[in-house]
Amino acid sequence: MTKKEQQNVTPYKWVGKKNPPVENHRFVLGSGTYVDDIKMDNMHHAALVPSPYAHAAIKSIDTSEALNVPGVIAVVTGEDIVQSTNPLKQYLEIPGVDWYPLAAGSVKYAGEWVAAVVAEDRFIAEDAAELVKVEYEPLPNVLDPEKAMSDNAVPVHDKHPSNIMWQRKFTWGEVESDFNDSDDEIEFRCRWNRNSTVPLETFGVITKWDEGRKILDVWASIQMPQYPEQIAEALKIPLNCVRVHYDVDVGGSYGVKRGIKHTVLVGYISKRYGVPVKLIEDRLENMRGSDMHGPDRIFDVKAAFDKNGKINSLKMRTIDDEGAYPGRSPLQMGKPIGAIVGAYKIKSVEYEGVAVTTNKTGQVAVRGFGQSPTNFAIEMAVDKVAKKLGLSPIEIRKQNFIQPQDFPYQIPSGTTYDSGDYPAVLNKALKLANYEKLLKWQEEERKKGRMIGIGVATCIEPGGGNALFEPLLNPKNDKTTFPESCQVKVDQKGKVTASIAFSSAGQGHQTLVATILAEELNIDRDDIRVVYSDSLSSLPSQSPVASRMAIVLGGATSGAARRIKDKMIKIAAHNLNEPPEQLYWDGSTVKCNNNSHKELTWDEIVKIAHITYHKMPEGMDPGIQSQFVLEVPTGGTLPTPDGKVQMYPCYSFSAHIPVVELNPDTGKVEFLNYYIADDCGTVINPDIVKGMVVGGVAHGIGAALYEQFSYDNNGQMIAQTFMDYLLPSTMEVPHIDIVKHCTPSPLTSMGQKGVGEGGYMSAPAAIVNAVNDALVPFDSEISHVPITPYDVIQKIFINKGGTHIV
Amino acid sequence: MSNHKVQIEVNGKNIEAEVSGRTHLADFLRNNLNLTGTHIGCEHGVCGCCTVLMDEEPIRSCIILAVQADGHKIKTVEGMSEINQETGKRELSNIQKAFWEGHGLQCGFCTPGMLLTTEALLAENPDPTDQEIREALSGNICRCTGYLQIVEAVKLAAKMNKNSTLVYLPEEV
Repeated sequence: MTKKEQQNVTPYKWVGKKNPPVENHRFVLGSGTYVDDIKMDNMHHAALVPSPYAHAAIKSIDTSEALNVPGVIAVVTGEDIVQSTNPLKQYLEIPGVDWYPLAAGSVKYAGEWVAAVVAEDRFIAEDAAELVKVEYEPLPNVLDPEKAMSDNAVPVHDKHPSNIMWQRKFTWGEVESDFNDSDDEIEFRCRWNRNSTVPLETFGVITKWDEGRKILDVWASIQMPQYPEQIAEALKIPLNCVRVHYDVDVGGSYGVKRGIKHTVLVGYISKRYGVPVKLIEDRLENMRGSDMHGPDRIFDVKAAFDKNGKINSLKMRTIDDEGAYPGRSPLQMGKPIGAIVGAYKIKSVEYEGVAVTTNKTGQVAVRGFGQSPTNFAIEMAVDKVAKKLGLSPIEIRKQNFIQPQDFPYQIPSGTTYDSGDYPAVLNKALKLANYEKLLKWQEEERKKGRMIGIGVATCIEPGGGNALFEPLLNPKNDKTTFPESCQVKVDQKGKVTASIAFSSAGQGHQTLVATILAEELNIDRDDIRVVYSDSLSSLPSQSPVASRMAIVLGGATSGAARRIKDKMIKIAAHNLNEPPEQLYWDGSTVKCNNNSHKELTWDEIVKIAHITYHKMPEGMDPGIQSQFVLEVPTGGTLPTPDGKVQMYPCYSFSAHIPVVELNPDTGKVEFLNYYIADDCGTVINPDIVKGMVVGGVAHGIGAALYEQFSYDNNGQMIAQTFMDYLLPSTMEVPHIDIVKHCTPSPLTSMGQKGVGEGGYMSAPAAIVNAVNDALVPFDSEISHVPITPYDVIQKIFINKGGTHIV
Repeated sequence: MSNHKVQIEVNGKNIEAEVSGRTHLADFLRNNLNLTGTHIGCEHGVCGCCTVLMDEEPIRSCIILAVQADGHKIKTVEGMSEINQETGKRELSNIQKAFWEGHGLQCGFCTPGMLLTTEALLAENPDPTDQEIREALSGNICRCTGYLQIVEAVKLAAKMNKNSTLVYLPEEV
């Protein structure tokens, strides 16, 4: 083995080691810079006029009184916006369904923005907004997605007579014959009600149009692919006139910070009225008018299986209530196709998705991009099969797992899972939970009348993100790339700075990049700066969605670092008069295989590159810098006509075992323990990974037990504040025990996979299974989320001979 | 709107200002004093992002008017660290160091409120149990972390108050 090869097997020095994230310093100081912390001269503020009706024609808007308020410079209505901007991008082909920042002609949900008031002060803007007089003619509304699908339903968009925005049935494999050949089948309906990840920072944006430079500067609380592109398109300006500043801390996002309508609105105002404009949602606007709700689905599921527990085929139909404007949200029925059989060897699948509009707030991408609801349906099906056969939830899963030797494994929908060891991970979870003992204890406690439930759910977390659901749901959109990039430079003093091209919302990207650079370049992590650039000075980026940054930003960072090292080796080779193949890095010194006296240090090479150019190889650029744009691994291929697709590159896996107790008097679901085994390949920073997993579970607990944007019969959202939209606190989220497993991905620079979404994908399924396990003695089941105390009490009451609770 | 003169001690500094009657304390701190470490999450007193200490007690600065703070002492996250007069370097409190070291945060938005609530907790109870920590922080929502590392950070802070050499942190530049 050469010394160079020895270097390659050296264990990681930085990767996977406990090392506090670098971002934490500014956050504990309270010196993070969120969009509302940014102020500028002559900054104006926008306040919004919302619709009180779920569906109504706008007869007239009288802005005169508002305009008379001193300090108000403009009142903008939907008509102004329609005349001057293009509709906001939606990802389906849906003629007649136009989405603008402000409603024009009619309002389609309660809370939809009708007008915006611009004033020198937010108080003035809010006061004046109350003086805008809008005359409405109420129209019948449609709220139930199944009713909305019928032929005689009221159309939400009168130029698109059907409320069905997209519908497609995929069949992968011999579904009908697999059903016919199976011993038995189950069939059920389950419901994932409308919730969202609701960050504590609402969405906010500042825009400023510079007429002389022809640039629209944007600062926003944003996490969104193609944000600058969509701003430019809507405002009808060239893309290189939009400069999004990414050095803005985002106060939580989890997918939803996609305020394109807000940005286009204030961008238009800035350009039209020549002032910088800030729009910060208040909580009510965020909950009701922001178009940032999450999936709202009805699942009809059938599974066919043999007596021994082998699941052969799956049929799933999902109806998703998109709210008034579909935007990007129907694509959330596409992503689950990449993990449609979960962790199981199911031979064939029929999957139908239906996207329906109703008179409700619009949806947007939410953590997991639709996979959390789908995994809830899959895992519920697995438990039901087990129950019908009298098998344990562990037996059924082990019986059907894809085995370690099967990888790479292609599922019926055409996606290949890269790697995994599902039995090993589940076994670790069982060991952590002391499962056998736990079952015995449960049996004992049940005899005493306690309602204890032990849930099991597993989850495949697709990571990497290639957005192939875009062409899958809309063949006119033939986008097949989803790159990420990193720029690295070594300055005159030998210090390293990397530049990335998106904003972070707590995922720790600076730590990720600094850790990988420290590893690749063998320098101290805390000597490295990682800065956020802007959309004009950056390379291609698709933002931190889809659990993708460890994979693609990590890969791009490694790629850029290796180019730096290559260049430095070439400079050293030239100066040491040795072929590059004979040179290797020893720490931060380049040494020579066949001559131990020949070496050049990092600082000496830096000096040659930056100062003593006469020592550089001929034709080489001065300085030491590199760029790397990484196409997502396995990207670049369109879906097949029958809808087979390599959805994402990397597949993480986790197994959750929550232990719950139901309170027979109050119906409250309380956690006694929560165990997780998790495999996301090589871990870059263990603190960040742990936070992602546990934080995802907290969101899952919210979805499973507490959070719902509920509506009344008039289409009024009745959970509009944190008093009625319930966010789990320290009292609802239990202590969580985690054990790690590592199956490296063969597709990434260090074997890393994604980890941002798995906790949220597993937890609702596991918790519902736990509650239903607790209800076994009552011979009843709950098949919707959130499960409220009322639901639990009602099941107990009915079991005792009652009919229902009023 | 009526305007009122107020005198408030903020982070040890005496502030005299004229504020409108409807300005809540969080807006006053953020807009008038540029203390943007105090964050506004819900403006109806539920989420706890805007928590500051008033006379050492945690309060929600979004549902207290600036005029109500007249004559009181306010401490914000900016007041938790201080410049060491000898070295000229800003020094973090143990609670801040523990949240950094223990990764008791992600996006940082709820963090100032968490830090200040923790300060009040540890002042009253220097050695809290997990359950006591969870109860004390139950009015501070975090959407990122699931609280586990926050609870661990508070425990670390309590330990550090007895032995401040416990943490490794990157050397300050």
